Amino acid sequence: MSTTATVQTKWWSGGKSPFNVEYGKLMMWYFLMSDAFTFGAFLISYGSIRFSQNYWPNPNHVFDSAPGIHGGAPLVFVSLMTFILIMSSVTMVLAVHEGHHGNRMGVIKYLFWTIIGGLAFLGCQAWEWHHLITGEHAVLVNGKIELWGQNMRHNPWGAIVEGVNYNGHHVTTPGPVAFGGYFYGITGFHGFHVFSGVVINIIMLIMAWNGTFDRKGHYLMIEKAGLYWHFVDLVWVFVFLCFYLI
Amino acid sequence: MSMEQQISPEVTFHHAPEEDSVKKIWRTFWVLLGITVVELGIGYLMYALDLPDGFRKLALKGTVTILSLAKAYYIVSIFMHLGSEVRNLIMTIVVPLMLFIWFIIAFVYDGHSYKTLRNKYDTHFKETTMPTEHGTKPAPAEIKSGNTGGKE
Repeated sequence: MSTTATVQTKWWSGGKSPFNVEYGKLMMWYFLMSDAFTFGAFLISYGSIRFSQNYWPNPNHVFDSAPGIHGGAPLVFVSLMTFILIMSSVTMVLAVHEGHHGNRMGVIKYLFWTIIGGLAFLGCQAWEWHHLITGEHAVLVNGKIELWGQNMRHNPWGAIVEGVNYNGHHVTTPGPVAFGGYFYGITGFHGFHVFSGVVINIIMLIMAWNGTFDRKGHYLMIEKAGLYWHFVDLVWVFVFLCFYLI
Repeated sequence: MSMEQQISPEVTFHHAPEEDSVKKIWRTFWVLLGITVVELGIGYLMYALDLPDGFRKLALKGTVTILSLAKAYYIVSIFMHLGSEVRNLIMTIVVPLMLFIWFIIAFVYDGHSYKTLRNKYDTHFKETTMPTEHGTKPAPAEIKSGNTGGKE
């Protein structure tokens, strides 16, 4: 198979590309590598701040709701989001596979489902942000109870104040403010990548529909869009890990 | 079955399209789903046990982190086909990413050091942020019932 060819080819003797990939695809790889460092820097900065705090909110208490479920259900909604993104990654790689065989209708079908998956994920994220921002949690501030949502200036997820209840709910102290900025900043940056990925996939769908790739004789652009889309899924693996699991 | 696609002079040879590659895609899907289910299981285990900070909690978090790295490997290697590229290409991607080893250790350690120093020299920080065993101590006499509309 291909491995034997790799061993026998003298890649560095000149006259051929030592990477055996087309220029645009190679540059997509380097772009993704730099993007990995951007996301990595954000997540590491979050980790650095988290390690500098004596108290950090428990994600199981912050992300414990889903549409129709008001609290007490940690990890449920984010599991759905993770599943949607894995599924759309599969449909994307199937679209790339159909492209290898020059099967235009197959590419269109699987790109369509990938776009649907991306939009579903964005919808979930919109719901989650809305839920966190508009939520009302009793927080003890300077001896008074205030109702706070999670935003960039307030964090209602501080330690529970013992022996105090407000309308049957726990009362907490203010939590670390950095939590909101990091959560919205990083999931927002990821969501922006999902959004741009959906836009790229829509453009690919239109081009495939118009027969542009058939005229070119190859579906390489689908592969490059696919690389970007899988990268979005890859980043989510670590966002999911850092914000929801640990 | 597959039509020969002439892509670019930079590409010397094509991988023979494997007949079972669709099977391979779905197998990878099940692997990713399985790892995610195990991660969620550990997540719920941490929720149910509500462990204090210590070795056992750290061990569970470490396990989830390693499982996430395994997921990343499958996505990059199979979905992004990096595992099938020539070794030269794999190395130019993977070797620079080694920088993350230093990156993570240095900055997380720095954060930890900042906390230790603040707890030592800034007693106000320590007293107001250090969680006690059963949440923070309230000053019940100070609690007034009013001002509930104070969202902003």
